Amino acid sequence: MGTGEPGMKKRPRTTLAIAVVVIAAGAAAGTSALLVNIFERKAEARTPFFRVVELDEKTVDPAEWGKNFPLQYDSYLRTTDMVRTRFGGSEAMPRTPTEADPRSIVARSKVEDDRRLSRMWAGYAFSVDYRQKRGHAYMLEDQELTRRVTEFQQPGTCLHCHASIVDAYREAGGGDMWAGFEKINQLPYHEARGLVEHPIACLDCHDPKTMQLRVTRPGFLEGIRALKASEGVPDYDPNTMATRQEMRSYVCGQCHVEYYFKGPEKRIVYPWAKGLKIEDILDYYEEEGFTDFVHAETGAKVLKAQHPEFEMWNQGIHARSGVSCTDCHMPYQRVGAMKITDHHVRSPMLNVNRSCQTCHKWSEDELKARVETIQERTVELRGLALDALMDLIDDLKAAKAAGRPDPALEEARALQRRAQMMIDFVESENSAGFHAPQESARILAQAIDSVRKAQRALGKTDAPVVADD
Amino acid sequence: MRTRTWFSILAGLGLGASIGIGGFAFVYARGHSYLQNDPSACANCHVMQGHFDGWLAGSHRSVAGCNDCHTPPGAVSKYVVKAENGFWHSLKFTTGDFHEPIRIRSKNREVTEVACRGCHQDVVDSIDGRHAGVEPTSCVGCHDQVGHLR
Repeated sequence: MGTGEPGMKKRPRTTLAIAVVVIAAGAAAGTSALLVNIFERKAEARTPFFRVVELDEKTVDPAEWGKNFPLQYDSYLRTTDMVRTRFGGSEAMPRTPTEADPRSIVARSKVEDDRRLSRMWAGYAFSVDYRQKRGHAYMLEDQELTRRVTEFQQPGTCLHCHASIVDAYREAGGGDMWAGFEKINQLPYHEARGLVEHPIACLDCHDPKTMQLRVTRPGFLEGIRALKASEGVPDYDPNTMATRQEMRSYVCGQCHVEYYFKGPEKRIVYPWAKGLKIEDILDYYEEEGFTDFVHAETGAKVLKAQHPEFEMWNQGIHARSGVSCTDCHMPYQRVGAMKITDHHVRSPMLNVNRSCQTCHKWSEDELKARVETIQERTVELRGLALDALMDLIDDLKAAKAAGRPDPALEEARALQRRAQMMIDFVESENSAGFHAPQESARILAQAIDSVRKAQRALGKTDAPVVADD
Repeated sequence: MRTRTWFSILAGLGLGASIGIGGFAFVYARGHSYLQNDPSACANCHVMQGHFDGWLAGSHRSVAGCNDCHTPPGAVSKYVVKAENGFWHSLKFTTGDFHEPIRIRSKNREVTEVACRGCHQDVVDSIDGRHAGVEPTSCVGCHDQVGHLR
C-alpha cells in the first residue's frame, strides 16, 4: 500500500545511514580510546618515572623527590592519617592548644588509659606523657612537643630517629657524618632541633642517584655490625653486604628498635652485641652496668624498653619465612601498568588485601580475626604480668617502709628490673604480640616468673619484715 | 540510486575505518599473541607480570605453560575459555576495577583442577573420593605454589 510513496521509502534509509555513521563513529571512538589506553599502559611499563629534577645528598626536602616520584610521594604524604586499629594506631583526640604545646589534635595517652604503666615507670619521664604512635608525618612534631622533651632535659641524640638528620650530621662534622653524629648527640635537644627541618624523608632510605635502598643511621650501622660480629661475620656493612630483601627490613630497623644513650657522650647504641632476644639484651645491659632510671617507689635500678619491633619481628614466623617489614607495612600496589611500593606506611590491618592476601588466601575478615586473636591473648597476658608487677612494687615498697635494709632488697630489685624490662619489651613493641606471638607470650611468662622469684626473695609477701629482725 | 550510492560509500567508510582502526589496535596490542601458546603473552598487559615471574620460578615452568593449566582440553572449549577470560581481563584492566590481589574464579579453578588430573591422574586416582556425593579433593588447595612460586 504505502510502498510506492517515495518520501516513506527515503526516510528509513536516511535513518539507517545515520545509525551506521553513529555506530561506526562510536566504534572508532571506542577503539581509539582503547588504543590510547594501551599506549599509556605500554609507556608506563617502559618508563616508570621521569627525572625532572636532579637529586643529591643535599636534597632533604621530600617535595623535591616528589617531582620525580609523584606516586610514591603522594602515598608518603598520607602518613598524616589518624586511624585506629583494635589494639593500636592513633585516633585524633581533640585537645586545647596551649602556649607550650600548640597541637589541637594528639594521639590517645597510654599512661592515662592504664595507670599501671605510669607506676611501672615511676620516676621517669615516660610516666608523665606517653601516647599512642601517630604516622611518620608527625614524628618530629610529636617529639618536640611531648612533655618528656619540654619538661625534661634531653640530648640531640633523640633526633637520630625523629628527623631526617644525615645531612645535618654531615654539615656539623664538616663533611664527616660520624664526627657530626658525635657532635649533635651532645647538643641540648632544642639546639639540635634547629639543625633539622623534616621528619623521615626519602634520602633516609634511598640513594639519591640510584634509588637503591640504603641504611644511613649510625646507630643501626654500629648495631648490626656488633650483631653480625657476634654471629661470626666481621666488619658487616648492610649497604654493601645485605640482600635486597634484607634491606627491605633494615631500613625500618634503623629506628624501630631497642636502644640506649651510652655514657656522657649520649651516643645512641643498639644493644645487639650478644643477640636480639630479650635475654641477650638484658645480659648486654647487665655487662654494661646500664640503668635508665631508679624506680621512685622501690629504688630498683630499672630499664625502659623503647620500641623493639625489629628485634621482636626477628623472633617471629614472618621473619623466618623471609617476609620483610616492607612486605606488610608498605606492600606493592598497582598503579596503571606500574607496580610501586605503597609509601603510606601503616598497620597491615588497614590494608589486609594487599598486605596479607598476597600470601594468605583467606578472606579479609578471617585474616583480621586471626591477628586479633593473637593480639587479644597477648594483651590478656600483658595485663596479668602488669598486675603481678604492681604486686611486687607493693611488696617492695612495704618491705622498704618496714625498714628492711637495702642488701635484703637487692635480689628482689634485680628481679623487678628483669620483670619490668620484659613486660615493657612487649608493651612498647608495636604489634601487641603479632610480630612474634609465642615469643611475646614467652617473655611475659618469664616476667611473671621473675616477679614470683622476687616475691619469694622478699620472704612471705604479706610479712616482709620478719626474717631480718 | 543516488542515495543508495551515498549510503554504500558511508557504510563502506564506516566499516573500513572500523576495520582499519580495530585492526591496528589488534596488532598494536599484540592481539595475535593471544591466539598462540607463548606464556609471555599473558603478561602483555602487565597485570599478570607477577604471576608470570612466579611461574618462571615455579616447579612447573619446564613442563606446563599458562594454557596447559588454565584452558581446558579440546580446541573449541580452549578458545571459548580464552575468549571469555580475555574479555573480562580486558574490561577489568582497562577500567581498573578489580580485586587485588587477583583471585581465580571458581569456574577457572575447575579448569585447573581438571588440568592437574590430566597429567597426574595415575597418582591422584586413589586420593580422589569414589563415594557418591563426596567432593573431589582439590589439588591446588595444598599445592598452591607449583604453578606460581610466591
